[in-house]
Amino acid sequence: MQFTRRSFIRHGVSAFTVSMAAPAFLTDLARAQGAASRNLVVLYLSGGNDALSTVVPYTDAFYYSRRPNIAIPAGMVVQVGSDTSGKAIGLHPRLTGLRQIFDAGHLAIVQRTGYANSSRSHFVGYDIWGTGDPSRPSGEGWLGRYLATLPAPVDPLVGWAAAQELPRALLSRRVGVPAIQDARTYSFASPNSGQVAADERAAALRVVSAPVTRPSLALVNASALGALATLDRVASVASYTGTVTYPNNGLSGALRTVAGAMVRRTGTRVFWVQTGGFDTHAAQGNTGGGAYATLMGTLNDSVLAFYNDLRRQGLLNDTLVLVYSEFGRRISENGSAGTDHGAAGVMMALGGAVRGGLYGTAASLDPAGQNPTLENNGGDVTFQTDFRAVYARILENWLGTSSVPILGGDFRAGAPAIF
Amino acid sequence: MTGNDLAGHLLRRAAFGSSSADLLTYGDDLLTYGDHAVLVAIERLLDFGRLPDDIDSKIGVDGYLGVTTRGGPFAPNTAINDSRQRWLFRMVHSPRQLQEKMALFWHNHFATGYAKVAGFAGTAQGARLMAGKPGEVPGPPGQYELFRQYALGNFRDFLVAVARDPAMVIWLDGRTNTRVRPQENFGRELMELFTTGVGPYTEADVVTAARVFTGWNLRNNGSLADTAVGYYEFSFNAAQHDTAAKTFTFPVYPDGGKTIPARTGADGQQDGIDLITALATHPETARRLARKFWGYFISESASPDAQFVENVARVYLLNSTDIRSTVRYILRSPWFENPDAYFARYAWPVEYVVRAIKETGWNGLSADTARSALTSMGQTLFEPPDVAGWALGSAWFGTGSMLARMNFSAGLATNQRLALARDAQPYRASADRVVDWLLARYSSVQFDTAQRAELVRYLRAGGDWTGSDTQLSQRVPGLARLVIGSGEYQFI
Repeated sequence: MQFTRRSFIRHGVSAFTVSMAAPAFLTDLARAQGAASRNLVVLYLSGGNDALSTVVPYTDAFYYSRRPNIAIPAGMVVQVGSDTSGKAIGLHPRLTGLRQIFDAGHLAIVQRTGYANSSRSHFVGYDIWGTGDPSRPSGEGWLGRYLATLPAPVDPLVGWAAAQELPRALLSRRVGVPAIQDARTYSFASPNSGQVAADERAAALRVVSAPVTRPSLALVNASALGALATLDRVASVASYTGTVTYPNNGLSGALRTVAGAMVRRTGTRVFWVQTGGFDTHAAQGNTGGGAYATLMGTLNDSVLAFYNDLRRQGLLNDTLVLVYSEFGRRISENGSAGTDHGAAGVMMALGGAVRGGLYGTAASLDPAGQNPTLENNGGDVTFQTDFRAVYARILENWLGTSSVPILGGDFRAGAPAIF
Repeated sequence: MTGNDLAGHLLRRAAFGSSSADLLTYGDDLLTYGDHAVLVAIERLLDFGRLPDDIDSKIGVDGYLGVTTRGGPFAPNTAINDSRQRWLFRMVHSPRQLQEKMALFWHNHFATGYAKVAGFAGTAQGARLMAGKPGEVPGPPGQYELFRQYALGNFRDFLVAVARDPAMVIWLDGRTNTRVRPQENFGRELMELFTTGVGPYTEADVVTAARVFTGWNLRNNGSLADTAVGYYEFSFNAAQHDTAAKTFTFPVYPDGGKTIPARTGADGQQDGIDLITALATHPETARRLARKFWGYFISESASPDAQFVENVARVYLLNSTDIRSTVRYILRSPWFENPDAYFARYAWPVEYVVRAIKETGWNGLSADTARSALTSMGQTLFEPPDVAGWALGSAWFGTGSMLARMNFSAGLATNQRLALARDAQPYRASADRVVDWLLARYSSVQFDTAQRAELVRYLRAGGDWTGSDTQLSQRVPGLARLVIGSGEYQFI
């Protein structure tokens, strides 16, 4: 692991490479590369989402016998019809907004996504979904590799992680992606105000713009110049309030920031947002209350606000939201009315261009005998669709690039036709 | 090169920069020892055991960097954010600067993440496993305290202690390394990251190494819910140890023997000690450490000098893997003294922040300000991105992380406005003098003529420079922010 990691740091530079470009040029570049073109928003559910509570197989008797305290009653699920195997599927009761999007034909639900020998570790799982390679959970991310295929020089705002730290998925040797959780704090701080602060910013820009001989200093100055050059674009996002009222939670704030970036045409191609708390080992709840219902409420209300905002802004057809988590959870509940780490999960894709519907087939939760839809002695759901097939579909049919070099293999076969 | 330049270089590399107190100490050395002052300073840094280890008693005392608590007492042994603040406090104030500097080096070398440890042990026990201070809580030292203990100790003994460190056992899955199902994680990283690096061993050796460490596990002592009583400690589980002989592709014993003999379960721990001894004294480990020390102490602009690597490796091996002798050789070597090495290293975020505080001032400042800013800069203490540690060098610098550095400089300058304006008063007669004074204060950071001219221009931008109180109070903090937030200041 060390070898790969260090060598990529040696040979590449994570700072962007348009060091000597003037700010005006950056904006033109952003416009040329990004604006009015397709973007991707990854929404990561951190902690291992209990897919069987998101997409409920409410006619499977084993769902109820194995989850006596946390199964969602059949009468409460939000009906979305049956999958191709004829199994009736219901969404969590709090996902009424997602059902609206589903009914509009803009939500694809891909059941039983994952990979062979799924890691039960949060850290390893997160990194595997980030790199897109179960054998190599370190180094560059799949989206970082995508951004690196864009023609140089790449604009410093081509990727935007609306998170505290840069996620593995967006790590690249060539393209430095900023982590900007809140556009309001991505600003030029100063001990002063007014003209003195303006003088200071002008001086800071000149100090880092002056030619220097040391390559290492030129590189650091380039990162500072990149920051200064993007401040105004990011600041234009901070004032965005949206055409709808976003709920007051962290995920909504991040999604409003993303919508603002799209509306204000920052030129960003790939966004990352995340929401946590999915590691529900205890007190998940069932009939409308409990920890899991709160998570679903946050997800539903935030995504619906974002969807409606984009619809009103006329940006729905340019946007794809991809939702995933690092693993699904154990089928049987544990002793504390929660669930432990499991295997396959659910991916969702929504946007104006998405061909909505239920993809893949639900598992049979019968632990007895040779049930091919389960693994780990019937304890966990086994994957049916490789998550990289979904990545491949997005890269090919949405971002318009060849998925094979980015994913290090051909995963196009078996990809759900979500576009 | 003057003695002062070399002293500043030494304090940036073997310490965290120079506060006014550090400069006074060095000034005294210069008066007493003349040309030998730098050598004296090197010995004081190396022989830190002669200095008191009582700086923690100053936490919360006026005149020192503050800490921020969250509705309870300061709890650095059981709350990780307080552990982080205590470490930052020590980096700013400890007279044992090289001890903290080496602890930081080892934290990156044996990179262990709190989140996974706490995921297993809970937040309070997790913080104690990472940073619990011996004497303040029962049980073994937290991992970082172990790094302090062995900061310049014997590397072979250090490795044995790390292999038995409960946080490491959790981090690299020693808990699940059993006779029937050997778990490779620790065995692999011991060779790949902690000692030789890839090359001298095969995949088969990784499996064999995993078998060597079967049974190296943990046990609870007392009630874990009460952190004043219960804790995790290392425990060798003889029943889970693979007792068969183990053959490597490289020599394990001085006679060239490659096979660790079959041993009873009761004697099985010796397997691991034999392997660690072999790896610690392996010539590739010596060279790999030499190359890492090159990057840490000498330069990231130039690749490791072959003669340096051979010499340092030889010193390390001749001194039975003693780190103090090795670092002494490095600090007194011509490569260290070479002016080409000055400012040839990218400052880690922690180094940047601590140096800026030491050189600017800290009255009224909380370590918590630095702690939260560090996350935006890409370095959260006790949370390296993975076992390979942080991506160093130019990889620290992206637009977001550089902006975080610039904004930290603004926050610090704002916080220290009064002191900066006051200290500038003797130089207020001209803008040039103020700039010269400030650049000297920041350990003579190197600015090209053009950049220096921009600093002067900034002071004069509001009209004529008169040196008025208002100008000092506004423009001197602004100037400090421009210097600390500059590209030049990101190098040590």
